Amino acid sequence: MGGPHSRYGLNEEKKSPLPLLGIEFCSSVLTGGNQWPCLILFRNQYDSDVTVWSPQGRLHQVEYAMEAVKLGSATVGLKNKTHAVLIALKRASSELSAHQKKIIPIDTHIGITIAGLTADARILSRYMRTECLNHKYAHDALLPVSRLITMLGNKMQACTQRYDRRPYGVGLLVAGYDDQGPHVYQTCPSANYFDCKAMAVGSRSQSARTYLEKHLEEFVDCDTDELIKHGLRALRDTLPNEVELNTKNVSIGIVGRNTPFKAFDEEGTAQYLRMIEGEEKRGGPPDTTGQDPTPPQPPPADDGPQDPIPAVAMETE
Amino acid sequence: MASVVSGSLCIPARLWQNGPSASCLFNLSDGLADQNTYFAQRSQAPITTGTSVLGITFEGGVAIAADILGSYGSLARFRNCPRIMHVNDNIILGAGGDYADYQYLKDVIEQKILEEECLDDGFSIKPKALHCWLTRVMYNRRSKFDPFWNNFIVGGLQDDEPFLGTVDKLGTAYVDRHIATGYGAYMALPLMREEVERNPIMTKDAAQKLLVKCLEVLYYRDSRSFPKVKLIFDCLMSLQSLLSTCSFSFSPYCQLFYLFLISATI
Repeated sequence: MGGPHSRYGLNEEKKSPLPLLGIEFCSSVLTGGNQWPCLILFRNQYDSDVTVWSPQGRLHQVEYAMEAVKLGSATVGLKNKTHAVLIALKRASSELSAHQKKIIPIDTHIGITIAGLTADARILSRYMRTECLNHKYAHDALLPVSRLITMLGNKMQACTQRYDRRPYGVGLLVAGYDDQGPHVYQTCPSANYFDCKAMAVGSRSQSARTYLEKHLEEFVDCDTDELIKHGLRALRDTLPNEVELNTKNVSIGIVGRNTPFKAFDEEGTAQYLRMIEGEEKRGGPPDTTGQDPTPPQPPPADDGPQDPIPAVAMETE
Repeated sequence: MASVVSGSLCIPARLWQNGPSASCLFNLSDGLADQNTYFAQRSQAPITTGTSVLGITFEGGVAIAADILGSYGSLARFRNCPRIMHVNDNIILGAGGDYADYQYLKDVIEQKILEEECLDDGFSIKPKALHCWLTRVMYNRRSKFDPFWNNFIVGGLQDDEPFLGTVDKLGTAYVDRHIATGYGAYMALPLMREEVERNPIMTKDAAQKLLVKCLEVLYYRDSRSFPKVKLIFDCLMSLQSLLSTCSFSFSPYCQLFYLFLISATI
């Protein structure tokens, strides 16, 4: 433990003369001989543990976990006055495998889509299902969406404050319906959660958010078919040019008034894909920012102890 | 309640296994038969009790009524024991049976409501949910052979529809338009059913009149009853209108009748 911390935090004069691009010397060489040292990959000395603060007031491990969400395929959630819709882009890990499931039903009134580590999402979805079921058993009523999200947020928060845990590397979009109407919530590995009018997370999701922001006003009053079409268009905007939406790589889930949560089968998906068939891909000129705008940045070459600049914990970039 | 774990409070930890313990050198049984640790005392009978509770639904609301006597066996011991409570803006709850058990559950329910209010998320528990929750609690306790010795009647507005349900100490629960517990089930319920048959769509005034009639009959016949009652409405009328329609004169036998009318929602 003592190495990097004492070297930079306490003994400034012992600072390595050659910290190049995130690769720093291990401490043995600084105190010992002159042969080329073994190299240890450190982003910086403040990301060794989730519980370690950087002098700038950031938790780097938590921010790295936020990056895992961007590695997952994109998913979109949006709502009108009566319904909430989830649209997800499914990936196949290889030519030989089926597409990975992205939509997980939680209860009759709640469903989620995931972006990030699928295994972590399974743990979270099991927790959510258990909570919904317990509430149903004890109260013979559906658990309000906001309460479930609060409980989930508390569970996830514990992982950002304990050295023996790691944050969940998954972002969720939660669609639900209760007495207060339809909801779309977004949750992050940082244990933040947001009540959204519409949201997209996952790789290249900025393009989808751009679409959603542009058409935000239309969502509230449109019917559910139109809502799903908006979701599909938003998702389509995240695709690279050579890829198209099809029944294999798209999942659609819907929940709302008198509508228990339902994920469509291929037949149902095809029906909606036909509705947006032939439309031009992006409303205007193709979006040039295809790449994810902020991959984790390497630390600057010198200036001593300085943090890398990953995305802010709250953003979904 | 004594513990069922052997080798606990009264006997110090054993010095060795599979033999007599230090303090029981001459007890050569298998060591498990330490009499004092073998049994647990459960509440076998109610002590201070309340008698019947009556509940009725009418057009746009529910009402629950019960007297305020706490009986100590046949002794009319405590004469101001209200046993109908206001749970939240749209639930009322009446209890018969052991008064201590009712007070305990009242505290639990009040805490539950308080925690819900602290969440401040715009949701509040509905009568059906509380009825279900109470059923779980009652059945859980009877399964430990340690029941809450109560009959509960839960009433309120479930999404603007009147709801009335009951649960007893065994966790037996049902929902009905009119419910009476204890002797009320024998004497008041037939009166209620007769009246509802004659007058299916009952107004609040008619319901109040009917409940008072039932309480009166119970007072004549049930030796554990009392002429002071508490009657709570939960309906869509305002507090003002309820108070103004409330009458305080009843039969000559029941001059002590007091009606506490507490309304709820808008």
